[in-house]
Amino acid sequence: MDVVNQLQRQFIDYSASLHREGFLDDQFTQLQKLQDDNSPDFVVEVASLFFEDCEKLINNMARALEQQQGVDFKQVDASVHQLKGSSSSIGAMRVKDVCIAFRSFCEAQNREGCLRCLQQVTHEYSLLKNKLQTLFRLQQQILAAGGSIPVVE
Amino acid sequence: MTVEQIGSEGKDQFPIGMRVLAVDDDPTCLLLLGTLLRRCQYHVTTTSQAKTALKMLRENKNKFDLVISDVHMPDMDGFKLLEHVGLEMDLPVIMLSANGDTKLVMKGITHGACDYLLKPVRIEELQNIWQHVVRRKKKDRCNSGSKDKPHPDSGEAAGIGNVDNNGKLNKKRKDQNEDEDDERDENGHDNEDPSAQKKPRVVWSVELHRKFVAAVNQLGIDKAVPKKILELMNVEKLTRENVASHLQKFRLYLKRISCVANQQANMAAALGTADSAYLRMGSLNGLGNFHTLAGSDQLHNAAFRSFPPSGVLGRLNTPAGLGIRGLPSPGTIQLGHVQNSGNPTNDLSKLQSFVPGNHNTNILQGMPMSLELDRLQHNKSVGHIGELPTTDSTTVFPGSGNLVDARITGFSNNPLLGVTSNSLMLEGSSQQATSHTSVSAIGFQNGNALSDFTSIAPASNQLQDSKAGSQGQASPINCNAGQIIRSAPQEWNAPRKDAPYQSHASINSSIPINSAMIQLGQCLDRNNSIFHRTTDLDSVGPLNFVDPLSIKHGEGDNSIMEPSVIEKEGYLMFQPRPHGSHVPDNIGSLEDLASAMMKQEGGCNGYSLRTSI
Repeated sequence: MDVVNQLQRQFIDYSASLHREGFLDDQFTQLQKLQDDNSPDFVVEVASLFFEDCEKLINNMARALEQQQGVDFKQVDASVHQLKGSSSSIGAMRVKDVCIAFRSFCEAQNREGCLRCLQQVTHEYSLLKNKLQTLFRLQQQILAAGGSIPVVE
Repeated sequence: MTVEQIGSEGKDQFPIGMRVLAVDDDPTCLLLLGTLLRRCQYHVTTTSQAKTALKMLRENKNKFDLVISDVHMPDMDGFKLLEHVGLEMDLPVIMLSANGDTKLVMKGITHGACDYLLKPVRIEELQNIWQHVVRRKKKDRCNSGSKDKPHPDSGEAAGIGNVDNNGKLNKKRKDQNEDEDDERDENGHDNEDPSAQKKPRVVWSVELHRKFVAAVNQLGIDKAVPKKILELMNVEKLTRENVASHLQKFRLYLKRISCVANQQANMAAALGTADSAYLRMGSLNGLGNFHTLAGSDQLHNAAFRSFPPSGVLGRLNTPAGLGIRGLPSPGTIQLGHVQNSGNPTNDLSKLQSFVPGNHNTNILQGMPMSLELDRLQHNKSVGHIGELPTTDSTTVFPGSGNLVDARITGFSNNPLLGVTSNSLMLEGSSQQATSHTSVSAIGFQNGNALSDFTSIAPASNQLQDSKAGSQGQASPINCNAGQIIRSAPQEWNAPRKDAPYQSHASINSSIPINSAMIQLGQCLDRNNSIFHRTTDLDSVGPLNFVDPLSIKHGEGDNSIMEPSVIEKEGYLMFQPRPHGSHVPDNIGSLEDLASAMMKQEGGCNGYSLRTSI
């Protein structure tokens, strides 16, 4: 019991800090609410999909921006747009914010700016990935200890 | 759950069990969307490929109630999918995007989306999407059921969107009451089911749709009534109701296309006031017949045919509407512009110069008249014009209230003439309709007077296909205005060599009708009022106008004016047919009207327009 409580408290605190630091926003809370007995791993599933997608998009963007002949900004923009969509759907606020800035650089066809944004996106993405993995681990521990995941409002 | 289960469940517990098809290339979003929808207790099918979605829908239209689609997709543009679904299956489609730009949202609306959601999607938003299904069912039912109810012309004009649909239907029905009553009644009963009930839907495959368009083209805009279309198509198990509702959609589609052009034109603003007056005029002139002509369906069809489903059709509608508006009195002036053939800017400037102080709006008003007249004169077009408005969105006719206004406003910005080329092209160019659209677009887009033409033209495009009335229609427009218009349409066909134009040669004829109609409205009024009428035309008024105008035009002035007109901006396209020959049979009444109008006008036919041209 005590272990469960401890874990739960940890979970709540960690969750709150993620929200505070802007890694996650309300959308993530919505996702957590969607998780229920019918889909117990929903949040983990969505997060995994997101990470996969994110990596793919980042690679696309990197490749497009590397083109020496001429960067196809439209393609980069399309990837950024998609990343923006998926990050906002999962609640990855910081990633989404970088995407917004990224898009304006794409529109301006600013290669330097785009490259910088790409770096930022990659950075934010790895940060978020680590944090979420920690969070999920906590969740699993709680469940393993017989407790339930507290809902963080 | 099996399909049957779902179906019955849906019926009983709607919206629970509503069948949704979700399309999004982003797996994260798709999973989220699917989960959210399931949480709302809908039955969800997801796919990341638009093509797969379309295939599923085509296989069985009755399998789904609603489609939610992302805008940005790699294999097919979301808007394209939207159009396909709207045309072929008539299912409500909700667009989804991370980008909430007003422009995009507008695009979604004009392409027929019933809603536009922003990512990230919240469950609350999804909980209410079933309303779109209900609404559509209701509309369908009303449309088919109320077909035999004639609506007052003016009333029709005002109706916009759904109302327009109904109104138009009603108007059309008036003439066909005898024939269709039986059919209607029979079909109508089918629609009495509760909204949740699904009528067996006809899947409008590409093949079927092609037949439909061909039939409409063959019949001519003014003659393309569901019954005849049905006969021509000769497809088993297809009812007149099916054809009628498809016709409606088609018109909407065209209108949508032209609406886009209209928006640019902002015609509405300028003409807004005149519309009502215009309409009235139309009716006064005894163009009542137009209403029947209005078969915007026909126009619609025509336009539809000419334009590839790519939405050009929609554009046609709008431009046409606009076109009419734009025809401010400086018809002659416009003609000059028109001649610029494809130099929208030039034209515009020209027009503008002509219409000093008109500030577009005026020009529009003045012009449209003549233009319209020209178009109207084309006789056929006249008939069509009436039809144009029928398109729900008035796209075809400037009169169609929506269109017209929209177009008119567009004009206000630019003098009619100048605009057209650009605007016309607006819709058309993008799609095939370019040729048509250019004409129509001209009218609309630029909002210039030309725009009116364009609007008309678009209509004419449609008409053109029908070829039937377009010509006639264009002429009706006031002598001057009409002249220009007339010439335009004709020219439009030919000269329009603008890329798009060519393709639409057929449209030309159709356009005139629209434009004619529109023009008529305009011509009649000369003043803004007429212009506005055009809008009304959609519903009713403009049609009336068209006749006289067309008739006038038919006098032969058409030839003069029209050809030039067409060239110019494309909206001239309106003229699709050389005057002489224009007088479309269909328009018969138009011709009479036109002649009547002519008398009134004192034979404006081909006046200034011609010369300018």
